[in-house]
Amino acid sequence: MSCWDTIQAYALRSIGIGERLLPKSDFTLCQQFTLIGSGLMWNIYFGVLALTFGFFLANAMALAKASKNPWLNRPANWFILVFRGSPLFIQFFLAYFIFLRIKQSGALPWLTSAQAGALIVLMLNTAAYSAEIFYGALRSVPKGEVEAADAYGMTGWSRFIRVIWPTSMRLAWPAYTNEAIFLFHATTLVFFSGFPAWQQRGDALYYANYFADKTFNPFIAYPIVGLYFIALTLAITSIFGLINRRLNRHLPREKRPRLRFRPQYIR
Amino acid sequence: MKKLILSAAALALSAGMALAASHSTIRMGTEGAYPPYNFINDKGEVDGFERELGDELCKRAKLKCTWVTNEWDSIIPNLVSGNYDTIMAGMSITPERDEVIDFTQAYTQPDPSAYMALSDSVDITGGVIAAQTNTIQAGFVAQSGATLVEFATPEETIAAVRNGEADAVLADKSYLAPIAAEDSSLVLLAKEELIGGGVGMGLRESDGELKAKFNAAIQSMKDDGTLNALIAKWLPDSAPF
Amino acid sequence: MSPSGGRTIFSYCTDPETLGRLAWASCYLTTGKHMGLYWSFLTVLALLAITAPTALLFGFGGAVAARSHFFASRWFGRFYISVVRGVPDIIFFMFFVIAIDQGLEWARHQILCPDWTEPIRQGNDFRVCPAAKLPLSSAPQWVHEVYGFFTAVLTFSIVFGAFAANVLFGAMQAVPQGQLETGAAYGMSRRQTFWRILVPQMWVYALPGLSNLWMILIKATPLLFLLGVEDIVYWARELGGSKTARFSDYPHGDWRLWYFLGLLVFYLVFTKISEALLERLMRRLSRGQATLGATV
Repeated sequence: MSCWDTIQAYALRSIGIGERLLPKSDFTLCQQFTLIGSGLMWNIYFGVLALTFGFFLANAMALAKASKNPWLNRPANWFILVFRGSPLFIQFFLAYFIFLRIKQSGALPWLTSAQAGALIVLMLNTAAYSAEIFYGALRSVPKGEVEAADAYGMTGWSRFIRVIWPTSMRLAWPAYTNEAIFLFHATTLVFFSGFPAWQQRGDALYYANYFADKTFNPFIAYPIVGLYFIALTLAITSIFGLINRRLNRHLPREKRPRLRFRPQYIR
Repeated sequence: MKKLILSAAALALSAGMALAASHSTIRMGTEGAYPPYNFINDKGEVDGFERELGDELCKRAKLKCTWVTNEWDSIIPNLVSGNYDTIMAGMSITPERDEVIDFTQAYTQPDPSAYMALSDSVDITGGVIAAQTNTIQAGFVAQSGATLVEFATPEETIAAVRNGEADAVLADKSYLAPIAAEDSSLVLLAKEELIGGGVGMGLRESDGELKAKFNAAIQSMKDDGTLNALIAKWLPDSAPF
Repeated sequence: MSPSGGRTIFSYCTDPETLGRLAWASCYLTTGKHMGLYWSFLTVLALLAITAPTALLFGFGGAVAARSHFFASRWFGRFYISVVRGVPDIIFFMFFVIAIDQGLEWARHQILCPDWTEPIRQGNDFRVCPAAKLPLSSAPQWVHEVYGFFTAVLTFSIVFGAFAANVLFGAMQAVPQGQLETGAAYGMSRRQTFWRILVPQMWVYALPGLSNLWMILIKATPLLFLLGVEDIVYWARELGGSKTARFSDYPHGDWRLWYFLGLLVFYLVFTKISEALLERLMRRLSRGQATLGATV
């Protein structure tokens, strides 16, 4: 079987297209790269969707936390404490338990699948971390900009959406980039704790684990996952860098904040 | 997933341990999560069929032995890397494993794999079958027409049947039998699969001398019937030699 | 690690089936296995206490290397920082312990057994001479445990050292140039400026990043079981799993939910306490510093 045949057979295996059976013997590097890369699609799926939905939830939570109304800021504080203060590993485990209970009561049976259930956990988790970032950014919006908005006669919603929020996003963006990277890293935990893999469709770590088990050699499959993630991390950094450039396009070049990959937030 | 572990476990020393330290200690690697073969008892020590058998084998081979636990996933890499000297972990002798490590002669007859479900009428050819990740049973279900759902631990595969995530679980019969015996809602199906060979002790390929010692000890236990007595005590559903 | 062996704490625990609920619970919670769980909390705390300074040391080395004027060490420092941080930590945990163990044994083999003729790699086997084994196979069990703990600390330190290096690198850059120039104006050498001005001044800039790193470290401990340390997650799973009467005096159903809820509470409390302490430390460090934190 040539490498091209292997790619055709296994490149989409993680979503159930192609060869039904995984390779059983005579493992080649090509097979390992192809299948682990195939699993990477799930890491990207979880990362992109959790980040997208989490972004909106995080903004809402940051506003709730900044609100003076205890009915808004208390729940937001608790939400952020629980999801930032406990390991994702344990969150996955507990969430799967709860989702099973809901399913047994007859509602929402799709919650126990990784595609939906793990996505929800990841989304809530990233929302909590991002909410803390956005909240910090909201508080550091320069007073002068708000006063300028007042001077233009802007109030309430229009002042928020046209002045405060864009500025806070600019301030939050470097830290938010880190959060995005760590979220993608965290997606490797999905099939590793809590959520079962159906019909051998798993993420990059799942297939690496399969090969490490079959070849009894951990020194090839896991470094391959590492290589894929370095590439993924580079891709995320450049996409977020482009957005950062757009966010700061009104500033003179030397004043634009440079994106630095700093480990501010992780789980 | 069953993960890496190097064994930090203080898992009690075997009875014949007070011997002089003339000979270096043989470290016996096991999983400690697969009753009745091996498990951690209430005291926190390794217990079970393989513990009792292994201690007796060490006595007969005049070796000083100590038990360590290691996660199933990395149990072979850690053996070849030299972190312990043997594996006694309910490990079936398969050609794939035999390529990487050596096995002594089998100390159990091939144990059939059994299905356990909530009722007799489940469809095991087209239904959802749970199995532990990276086991011979998971490989078997992946090849049959059934839908495979994999869990990290044996515990979770049973839970999946109880809560309806899977129609049945496929695992070693001697593991399932005690569970089905105590839980009236679970039944063992009549259909069984013969997947693995017998269970043997795993050793490094370069440890020929140690392998010969343990082979001789196993043979002597087979000859005088003590092995069959142990099998009858711990694995009542398994055939004697 | 070491459970208390065969003893039971309470004398009435010999036949748990006959006991009332409260007495049963008191026996159940004091089995040797539960002692393993309680002991593992201490193990995790000890690991955090040792890993944090070690990782900081690695981080300091990495940051200094990344700022170095020598091409090779600068390249090494930046490679270390960016590669380790670009890969999920769990990937390292999957194979680092065996790699470290084999690396150490290989080095000892080269030093201790120069006359050894057999190859170290025999097929799949990794065989060093008996004198080079770590720990020696005649060593008592506790030595093996301490060694396992040590490799786990080292793995954690290498991974989190890269994150610390990044924070410290940023902090060193953040120290105002004027302060360093003042040093030069006083006639200090580069080395003196580094140790007497840059290092003392950088901590206030590094602390926010390092606090976050500490939180990250706490939340990485559930993965310790991957490194061969029997941590709280290992015992919570083992104890929570359902037990049949054949193999345990305390048969019960699937109680993992309760054990994991216990772990959740432990982590929330631990995070909360850490946050409060770090907040106080930050306030003390910022005293007299020209940062926003100090003026508040």
